[in-house]
Amino acid sequence: MEKRLLSGNEAIARGAFEAGVTVAAGYPGTPSTEILETLSCHRDEIFCEWAPNEKVALEVAAGACLTGARCLVTMKHVGLNVAADPLMTLAYTGVVGGLVACVADDPGMHSSQNEQDTRHFGRFAKVPLLEPADSQEAADCVKIGIELSERFRTPVILRSTTRVSHSRSPVVIGERQPSSRTIGFEKDPPRYVPVPIWGRQMRLRLEERLRALAEEVDRSPLNRIEWRDRSLGIVAAGIAYQYVREAFPEASVLKIGWSFPFPDGKIRQFAIGVERLLIVEELDGILEEHIRALGIACIGKEVVPSVGELSTGVLLDSRRKLEGKEDKAPAAVPAECRDLPSRPPVLCAGCPHRGIFYGLGRFDVVVTGDIGCYSLATFAPLSRIDTILCMGGGISMAHGMDRAGNPRKVVGIVGDSTFFHSGITGLLDIAYNQGSSTIIVLDNRTTAMTGHQCHPGSGKTLMGKEAPCASIEEIGRACGIRNVVTIDPYRLDLVHKTLKEAIEADEPWLIVAQADCPLAVRRKVGPVLEVNQERCIGCRMCLKLGCPAIECSGEKPQVNPLLCIGCGLCRQVCPQGAYQERENETDV
Amino acid sequence: MSDQGVVSVVLAGVGGQGILLASEIIAEAALLSGLEVKTNEVHGMAQRGGSVVAQIRFGREVFSPLVREGTAQVLAALEKVEALRYHRYLAADGMAVVSTQEIIPVSVSSGQAVYPGDVDERLRKLFPRLLPVDALTIAAELSSPRSTNVVIVGALSHYLPLDLQDWEGALRRRIKPGLLEVNRRAFQAGRALAAESGR
Repeated sequence: MEKRLLSGNEAIARGAFEAGVTVAAGYPGTPSTEILETLSCHRDEIFCEWAPNEKVALEVAAGACLTGARCLVTMKHVGLNVAADPLMTLAYTGVVGGLVACVADDPGMHSSQNEQDTRHFGRFAKVPLLEPADSQEAADCVKIGIELSERFRTPVILRSTTRVSHSRSPVVIGERQPSSRTIGFEKDPPRYVPVPIWGRQMRLRLEERLRALAEEVDRSPLNRIEWRDRSLGIVAAGIAYQYVREAFPEASVLKIGWSFPFPDGKIRQFAIGVERLLIVEELDGILEEHIRALGIACIGKEVVPSVGELSTGVLLDSRRKLEGKEDKAPAAVPAECRDLPSRPPVLCAGCPHRGIFYGLGRFDVVVTGDIGCYSLATFAPLSRIDTILCMGGGISMAHGMDRAGNPRKVVGIVGDSTFFHSGITGLLDIAYNQGSSTIIVLDNRTTAMTGHQCHPGSGKTLMGKEAPCASIEEIGRACGIRNVVTIDPYRLDLVHKTLKEAIEADEPWLIVAQADCPLAVRRKVGPVLEVNQERCIGCRMCLKLGCPAIECSGEKPQVNPLLCIGCGLCRQVCPQGAYQERENETDV
Repeated sequence: MSDQGVVSVVLAGVGGQGILLASEIIAEAALLSGLEVKTNEVHGMAQRGGSVVAQIRFGREVFSPLVREGTAQVLAALEKVEALRYHRYLAADGMAVVSTQEIIPVSVSSGQAVYPGDVDERLRKLFPRLLPVDALTIAAELSSPRSTNVVIVGALSHYLPLDLQDWEGALRRRIKPGLLEVNRRAFQAGRALAAESGR
């Protein structure tokens, strides 16, 4: 029996491989990204694609599964909002080949703009929802999910969280079990066409299916009772189980791994067997509300936080509350740990986005930002993003502010991958409804923030093949934008001239700032620079760039040669000409 | 609490320093020794030059992948201020292994914050058991400046109850063949330094 140390995401990919999945689609998003990247190692047997967005990914899988193929779809929690439209009706039409949608939540918002709880979507779409608690369970849940999906002809949601996806634990490696089905779509309009006459029948069948699933869930080993001391019983879902076992080692536990439809039978059996019932779930009190609705008294969010992620430490605080003890005073921070300089993530040394944000700093404009590395330009010293909402929101919000008559010009910022994901429709709106905002696409030819995934503009696919390169400029022109220019963001004079012209115009402009992400192509932009300490007068102009390679803890800045990749922006902003090529380039 | 018998390690540093690889090597060594292992890492936004942390726990039975504050047997940091930042995870009798590297954050360069001038003194006061390691110089002498993370893994290995053969197996499993030899030497250099320090 071979055991491998896998992250939750690698385990999900392994589970999909072993479950006989042949089609996988998704859009990158932390903490879900590595699932498809790992699965694409099996591209001989599995078609894997990065779709332009999550809606497309789920639709691709919806089509594929109707041919009988087993499918996996991956996304982060907010991606399911985009894919909600196909999900809600796919629950009606159902599937043929198994379909598991793996959605990774981010409690604590480590890399996300909100903390929504995907479990609502199980109940909302009326589809089964599984919640693994470690890597082995993550792999098992994909296999069980595919089996349930085919048996009940329903899509299944697998909800992961950051601490499941990005934790490693051992996984038993098994064999791949391919489906015996022959691939081929069979025409059956009453099943697949939800026009009202058939849709109403589907609606009734959906309720029948839910009843059948409710019986199955009570038989499932994914929900198991562990009897220990019966004075306290804890219902724990997903990774919360792990923290419960450490904070309440003596308590009986109903471990929930399949949380919708609710396992009412097991919940009742467990509740009767214990004196007090505590519900521990990360984020919203979904199980708790349902258990109360069953008429069962329980304790939950009075003692377990609904904001942020849980941990053993958090649950030990809950335990103290439950036992009526005083809150433990937070440990005093030792003097040595006070006033430490913060170290938030920053735009990398040599990032091409920096030229645009530095350039924008010279204009009195509002900047509506978007989702990607460039959100890091929100912070000082660049401080050049004013709003962020959602994928593509930077473009449409710019138009809204502009049409509302905002006295300052509005500039919308979006990345290339985000543009293909959800930006095109916003640009179409600006052209159609004749706005005058300036839209800048920061085109670094990759999905950078999530670790460099290919996209429709990158000329490559997840299958490792060459692909047509979608042109942002031509899309802009086709939408009806007349002023479309491409610029090199490393040339500050050009950036300034172009921004000035666009911002002063009374019609929309599309500026494509194009330069490869240096982290992706792993090469320097130019020669590594250094500061000539005699010429430098300590004016600190270069420090306004917020470049991590320019270090300054005294009067005059210095270049860290291990970080500098020679983008040359500092040389352009230095009024003294103090930046020069490093003399001992070979040392680096 | 039932974390008896579980060994917890916290690694801290700056995005891009190789914290994830270091974490994988430690976890793999524990797995090879037949123990249950759980680790946790932060991906995504935190990797863009920000402060990063990885956690490794191993023992006969491990539930949470997260280390509770005040329970880590070893805190290893690849940057001095990051050692101070994550001090709260270390047990009172825990061992701190700290690379003597200083990386100036943008918050300091742009004048919003100050890099503590007394950082060495703070480290000495805060950590009764402290092993400073000039990992960058050691790695540079091996002509492999990117191996500072493995030097630190070598140093901290001295303080963990795992056999040398499992560490060697972990290096073989997690490091590409072409880079294995230089990293093996980086590991040995770190481990020897810790053994000779008598700390």
